Amino acid sequence: MSQKKILTQSEKINLAGSKAKGQRPYFLADKQTEQALSVAMTLAMELSVTKERLASLECMLVDKGLIEKGQLDHYQPSKEEVAKRSLETQAYLARVLRMMQQDKEELENNDPDMQTVQDELTKW
Amino acid sequence: MSDTNALPSWDVLTKHDVFPAASHDEVARLNFLTHLNVHLSSQILPGVRTAFDKQVKPEIIAQTGKSPTSRHEVRKHMLNNGYFQMWSALRRNTMEMRHQAARAQVLGQIDDIVDKVNKACENDANIQLDSSVGIPPNVGSVDIHCQPGCYYQEYFEDDVTVAASYDVGLFVTTAGLLGALSDGGGQGIANWLKTQHPDFSPKRILDIGCTVGHNALPLAEHFPDAQVVAVDVARPSLRYAHARAKSLGVNNIQFVQANAEDLSQYDDGSFDLITTSMFLHELSHQSMPKILKNIQRLLADGGLNLHLEQPQYAGMDVYQQFIRDWDTYFNNEPYWGPMHELDLPKVFTECGFDSNDLFDVGVVSKVDEKIFGKPKTDGEDYGRSPVWNALGLWKGQHAKKSENAA
Repeated sequence: MSQKKILTQSEKINLAGSKAKGQRPYFLADKQTEQALSVAMTLAMELSVTKERLASLECMLVDKGLIEKGQLDHYQPSKEEVAKRSLETQAYLARVLRMMQQDKEELENNDPDMQTVQDELTKW
Repeated sequence: MSDTNALPSWDVLTKHDVFPAASHDEVARLNFLTHLNVHLSSQILPGVRTAFDKQVKPEIIAQTGKSPTSRHEVRKHMLNNGYFQMWSALRRNTMEMRHQAARAQVLGQIDDIVDKVNKACENDANIQLDSSVGIPPNVGSVDIHCQPGCYYQEYFEDDVTVAASYDVGLFVTTAGLLGALSDGGGQGIANWLKTQHPDFSPKRILDIGCTVGHNALPLAEHFPDAQVVAVDVARPSLRYAHARAKSLGVNNIQFVQANAEDLSQYDDGSFDLITTSMFLHELSHQSMPKILKNIQRLLADGGLNLHLEQPQYAGMDVYQQFIRDWDTYFNNEPYWGPMHELDLPKVFTECGFDSNDLFDVGVVSKVDEKIFGKPKTDGEDYGRSPVWNALGLWKGQHAKKSENAA
């Protein structure tokens, strides 16, 4: 069971996420949906952490006199900056909703399934 | 910040010497999970009641011709209700996230923590370990409240990961209502004794199932001349508890690795006060009578035995019973429901106690108001409230049934 040893970083990462002994109940109609929910909640947490980190950074900048309190809220990006961010936001949304884009393309293109293609390709 | 709706930050917890340090983002993670727990219990859980009243209960009546009569019948039907499914999925997942966050934080500094614990335990008679003590089925069958490794697993020699993670995570589930040292239960007992029984002065105190010792400390501090013995089967929890107590300057507690089913090393009547905190629901029908018989034997005449728990199900409507029973099936607390439906006075009587000595009293967790402000007693999150139900008895002191709450 226990022996004198130092845990490696990857062992620590795995141990942090260990499962509790005992069968896990699933509540949603299908297990994969619930697993996706779990992923979403973890991302929600990480977003919250990031927002806090930015808030802390803002406080530090104020403390150091680099910006004034509230200045960030009234920050007006330049026209070029607005355009750059708009493109970044579009790219971001496209990444997040990639599955919907690809599903639409498949519907539009009447993509063949692999077996059909294989059958075609293996005709002598 | 004077907004009374604002929750305290995890970072206000008292940092004893072995308490895991936290980076900015680790604190933010724990605070997010605390807020998520509060959101689930205050904003989403009421909808489960509505789903029951408006959807599930009428379905049951339509199917059976009558209202549900048991929590099991309610659960069977609620498991098909979408709102309940979603709340349950979120709640279960939040518990798992709490453990992952706390464990990641602890494992990142485990070598330092273990060094400190080892140093505190070296040549110290206040920590008594016994490698012959096994893990009983009620502790080892599943990891209680989804805590990986439960209270006892060691991932390497002298590891205390599970204990330190428990100390970190209690705040997240209770939103700080247990105080800066997560010791609300023990504070509640000490507060009740101080106000209701100021002349009671136990010389020897036994705390059973002490885990990290958080509820034994307030008693040891309230009775500085008493010798406190705190027992548990879990080696890492006891070692961490000892280091924790020592760093907080509490030196009149001896942490002993022992199974409360066998406390033969202690003489009859050798304790004046015997306590448990949120312990009875982690037992079994096999272990509880053995432990109660030991308490009966070890408690001195005129001594006090007090068990902090959530209230029994008897007298509650079936929805209340069902929702309080969630942890039984979905949070790895398999004995929670069976324990809460027991006729405890009957069990105590069968274990040798005089039923006339028993009493029930509400013990209010004493919250650290300097940091947390006044605790709210409304919006109770089932099973996690700072208001405790205490079952107690004064041995051989009939008719103290009308004890007053603190």
